[in-house]
Amino acid sequence: MSRILIIEKIGSMTGDEAVAYAAKQANVDVICAYPITPQTIIVERLSEYINNGELDSAFIPVESEHSALSVSIGASLAGARVFTATASQGLALMHEIVFIAAALRCPIVMAIANRALSAPINIHADHSDVMCERDSGWIIFFAENVQEAYDLTLQAFKVGEDHNVLLPVMVNLDGFVLSHCAERVELLSDDEVAEFLPPREPIYSIDFEHPITYGPLALQNYYFEFKRQQEDAIANSVPKIEEVAKEYEKMTGRYYPMLKCYGVEDARAIVIGLGSTVGTLRAIAKRLRKTGEKVGVIGIRTFRPFPSEELIKALEGTEVVVVMDRAASLGSTGGPLYLDVAGALYGTGTQPLMLNVIYGLGGRDFTPTDAEHVFRLALKTAEKGRVEKRTLWIGVRG
Amino acid sequence: MDRCEGVMGVFIKTIKDLPREDLYIAPGHRLCAGCGPAIAIKLIAKAFRGPTVVVMNTGCVEVSTTIYPYTSWKIPWVHVAFENAAAVASGIVEAFKTIKRKYGKGVVPDVVALAGDGGTFDIGLQALSGALERGHDFVYICYDNEAYMNTGIQRSGATPRGASTTTSPAGKVIPGKLERKKDLIGIAVAHNIPYAATATISHPVDLINKVRKALEVEGPAVLHVLCPCPLGWRFDSSLTIKVARLAVETGYFPIYEVEHGRYRINIPIVKPKPLEEFIKIQGRLAHLLRPENREILERLKRDIEEQWKTLRALAKLEIE
Repeated sequence: MSRILIIEKIGSMTGDEAVAYAAKQANVDVICAYPITPQTIIVERLSEYINNGELDSAFIPVESEHSALSVSIGASLAGARVFTATASQGLALMHEIVFIAAALRCPIVMAIANRALSAPINIHADHSDVMCERDSGWIIFFAENVQEAYDLTLQAFKVGEDHNVLLPVMVNLDGFVLSHCAERVELLSDDEVAEFLPPREPIYSIDFEHPITYGPLALQNYYFEFKRQQEDAIANSVPKIEEVAKEYEKMTGRYYPMLKCYGVEDARAIVIGLGSTVGTLRAIAKRLRKTGEKVGVIGIRTFRPFPSEELIKALEGTEVVVVMDRAASLGSTGGPLYLDVAGALYGTGTQPLMLNVIYGLGGRDFTPTDAEHVFRLALKTAEKGRVEKRTLWIGVRG
Repeated sequence: MDRCEGVMGVFIKTIKDLPREDLYIAPGHRLCAGCGPAIAIKLIAKAFRGPTVVVMNTGCVEVSTTIYPYTSWKIPWVHVAFENAAAVASGIVEAFKTIKRKYGKGVVPDVVALAGDGGTFDIGLQALSGALERGHDFVYICYDNEAYMNTGIQRSGATPRGASTTTSPAGKVIPGKLERKKDLIGIAVAHNIPYAATATISHPVDLINKVRKALEVEGPAVLHVLCPCPLGWRFDSSLTIKVARLAVETGYFPIYEVEHGRYRINIPIVKPKPLEEFIKIQGRLAHLLRPENREILERLKRDIEEQWKTLRALAKLEIE
């Protein structure tokens, strides 16, 4: 049962509990649930809220993640505000439907408690699961800590349901590191959330006066245009994400731009990462900067749409960029985030030396010592003025 | 659109009682001439009773009625993927119920999931089982043409023993599909749902009344509708209804219903016509009449006898 403690809008809760609490405050209409570690606590908490009368929502305990997202699509097309959550194999099983949810323009919010993919089976944090979905047309947020998991879940509904966007949103939180770790969280009151996030105003939803055929067959003569419209929609989300972030800042003082930059203005070396690792990197960067080392950190909060322009600007003038990937793109030329960053910078005036670090697969700890090693490596590369080995697997034996 | 009132299960007495207008589906589509499923969906839609959402699995009817920018559907229609119509329907039903309860808005429509045999017997069985177990108030209709026709006549769990398909061809060593057809209604009934029934297009009054009854019951209902396919079964496209009728009259496809666990045989076949009459006009089965294939033909006949024996026992239990 629920063990969260809330005193005067300050909560002590895990990432899963914070996401569940946000979904409850978002007053969702339909929740679809299938258990998978480390997400399960989210749907457990939500079922408690419903069964204790704290939330009026349908709770549909499906027989698989594939059906979880299928049910979510049906409910979303009917005009409901829909929430679901998954991880790892569950997301992989959903894969087929992930793309369809975006293409049918269903503003579902789905939390992903990031976990490694089998085999071998492993329940701990890495980003292999979500990276398989990066081209699916969803908006993808990454939370650095429990506070962000809560805040981004609330913002996700507002961004996704906007009529110029109308896209599903994934909120990623690192398995166990965030999903099961209790932190201090500043919460909004239910009234504040209700004001920020009124009930969904659906558009193009199922309507008996104006019937629509959803999900038709579109062949060579139309399919391409559908995809183009999806690309436009995800581009439209860029100003909306910023607008929602500003509105949220007014209420809370917490501002969530697409990139979270630290020390980049004068940095010789910048390390870029996703999720909870960004916090570790920043702590070490702060320590190093006190000793005069010019290092910076960029946390990518909005991974899709990918903040290329913002990155190019933030990386201007830096000598070395290290991209941290908690997922391997086996047989490729680098990890998934590295490829995006390298692609964004290619052909621009910003041409730092680039390193790619693969780390933390299957929940392998990324320690402060590892972080310091990464910064030292980056600074050494800056000194030498050349890259000796581009892709480094850190923290692995053999 | 108002809901028609009437005694449950007796929506129409004869075919003349049917609404002449097609309120739910337009005449135009791109299915084959003589397509059994096309006839089925036209008849099924005539039993609809007001605001209705149709959810379809991928399949012949799905691809041939919604080639963008055209659609044959005059009502909200949803296709998501091949295997998940039952799941999508679950979400639609519960969302409308919740929106009505929570905000006092909208209606709670009838939700009808339509899927072929591949999407039901095989790839969609898990989603169907989940939806039946959860007990959503919706109707699931399988239009069974006994193979994956949309991809070019591959065998499915609904293909009868002995049938020649492109993945169970009647060859020199193996004479077609060796395995027995899956018992869909048996599977549905095992979920203790309020209503399950078989029907076919040669008996439209029975079919339409069953659709109406399925809509009227509280909770999930499953209909298994046999739909001959001229292309896949290899018969002349003018013979679709005749083939369906022979399926009933030879006992090949028993017409029965199961209401809250009570079995009723709707069309008792006292003196079945010889199965050969059904087989000989179909290219997919005609090879079974050759002497070297006598064994598999006998097994097919035994399948049918066993099914009737079981059905009669179950129906008789009810009479006692």
